[in-house]
Amino acid sequence: MTDRAKIAINAFKEQIDGAVSAYLSSCVHCGLCAHACLFFNETGDPRYTPIHKLEPLRRVWWSEYTLFGKLALLVGLAPKVTEELLAEWQELTYNACSLCGRCSMVCPVGNDIAGMIRKQREGMVAAGYSPDGLKGASTRAVKIGSPMGVTWKAVAAQIGHVENDTGLQIPVDKDGADYLVLMSSMEIMNYPEYLEAIARIFSEAGVSWTLSSQAFEATNSGIQIGSSDIARELVSRIVAAAEKLGVKTVISPECGHAYTALRWDGPNLIGRPYKFKARHILEVLDELRAAGKLKTEGFEEERMTFHDPCQLVRRGGVLEQPRRLVKMVVKDFVDMPEAGKMNWCCGAGGGVSAIEEAGELKLTAFNAKKRQLEAVKPDKLITACANCRIQLEEGLEENNMDIPVIGLTELLAEHLVETGKAEG
Amino acid sequence: MTTVAFLDFVRGPLFQIAVAIFFAGLFIRFVEILVLGRKTDFSEPRQSGTGAGFKTVFSRSVPEAGTFKRSAFTIIAGYVFHIGLFVALVFLAPHIALVRDTTGLSWPNLPTPVVDFATVAAIGALVAILVNRMRDKVLRFLTGFEDYVAWTATFLPLLTGYMAFHHLLLRYELMLALHILSVELLLVVFPFTKLMHTFTLFLSRWYTGSAFGRKGVQS
Repeated sequence: MTDRAKIAINAFKEQIDGAVSAYLSSCVHCGLCAHACLFFNETGDPRYTPIHKLEPLRRVWWSEYTLFGKLALLVGLAPKVTEELLAEWQELTYNACSLCGRCSMVCPVGNDIAGMIRKQREGMVAAGYSPDGLKGASTRAVKIGSPMGVTWKAVAAQIGHVENDTGLQIPVDKDGADYLVLMSSMEIMNYPEYLEAIARIFSEAGVSWTLSSQAFEATNSGIQIGSSDIARELVSRIVAAAEKLGVKTVISPECGHAYTALRWDGPNLIGRPYKFKARHILEVLDELRAAGKLKTEGFEEERMTFHDPCQLVRRGGVLEQPRRLVKMVVKDFVDMPEAGKMNWCCGAGGGVSAIEEAGELKLTAFNAKKRQLEAVKPDKLITACANCRIQLEEGLEENNMDIPVIGLTELLAEHLVETGKAEG
Repeated sequence: MTTVAFLDFVRGPLFQIAVAIFFAGLFIRFVEILVLGRKTDFSEPRQSGTGAGFKTVFSRSVPEAGTFKRSAFTIIAGYVFHIGLFVALVFLAPHIALVRDTTGLSWPNLPTPVVDFATVAAIGALVAILVNRMRDKVLRFLTGFEDYVAWTATFLPLLTGYMAFHHLLLRYELMLALHILSVELLLVVFPFTKLMHTFTLFLSRWYTGSAFGRKGVQS
């Protein structure tokens, strides 16, 4: 056995727990997961059947953790995990899976297939079988502090713009603030509206908040490439900054994987509970709404729908908050078929957007979203994930569909009742 | 060996051996899974995962609406087969008698026509499932040797049981012996193949249901 294969096998073994073992014992090859997967549905390629994407992990489980498998391994009859196998499965593990988790919701025996693909990525990346795009993003995240290579300088420049435009002061490194606001590099680079919206809404609500020059980036390339070591390093920076400032809550921006990384994976990566709460911006906004601190005026004239980011709704439990918030400012709101818990992925989550070779596949996968949109024909599409937003914009353009995409926080800010604007 | 001697051997020592392998196998498989355990989750839960976990154990038996539309055949044939097999296995008078004789436990049987109908439905569903497996693009691609072993080991007891009960084809004692032999084959391969899903699916549903539940997602 080669060294790389050995590294992968050892990393897989670390990932196999009771749940994985129960899952792999239970699969009867019924094929239902294929039809839940947008990569299979839109291409018709059976290799994209979710459970099939787990063949390397399954082989290690069988030959290391079952009696028959161990015997087969002893006499050399167990199917082997080779470099060729890993190389072939790289595409299936990364390009053709956005970790959207629809498969995990439909499996009749209850297997969390997407969760296992996330685990399989640990072995793939350890042995070097991960896409260059994700490797680059992870390296930049660790070395520069952001997967897109954004530095604090860029954030500071954006702060300057927002302060000029709004007349508000953006708090930075403020000790003892209630909320620490994080951003995704996509928001820093492409959607400066987000920071402005936050500044205006929080100012109006009288919320005590701050940015941190030590931890401004929320996205976690470690989660996407599947390296716990990288993910731990990135989340530790946020934890250190938050606990040093003594904030009560850290807010994940409009980004799906950032939320999963911060809210659900982070404490397990550092091996202890946080000393603060972790919330998505929509959860915070909904709390402000409930407390009467988020007041809006006027309604959108157009017909609008909401794209649920997978990591928020299916893998994160943020389902009702966006709908309550949207209804504050949109009268003609319509949900797409299968919206909510079973919403179709945009096609580029889970790191797919960073994989150059997946460019064509992710646009094919977008056809699932296209059909959903065609069913309700909205004038505008709202979402709450900058990564989804980029993919949605690209897919819509590719299909000549003239539907503008907007972030929910930004939409709310457009309708904000502003009383104390005199500050600047 | 006479037919009667063959029958005695099959339902005597051979049956005991098969049952022993079956239970030992189940024990080993459960230990293999459970010793691996699961790491403590340090994230702040939205709610306890326990209730959601229990709910998922049951709710996964009901297909999600979109999935039902996309995979209606697999789901309906699956239901027919599982219910038919369950009725034949648990409510046929001779099966209850066997359990009563060995354990003292007993319950009312269902009338023969009902069990007959269930058995034929299960056999029909299994044949349809096999045909579908061979012609459907995804299923043909996924299917391996073990899937056919599992199918055969399940099919034979149903077929031979039906034929023995109705005295078809062979002399009753011989068909009964073949039926018991096929059950023994099933018992022996059961713990070491995906037939284990019969039991492990409850673990799987629990693991997923509770993990999703603490995130506030009823899965």
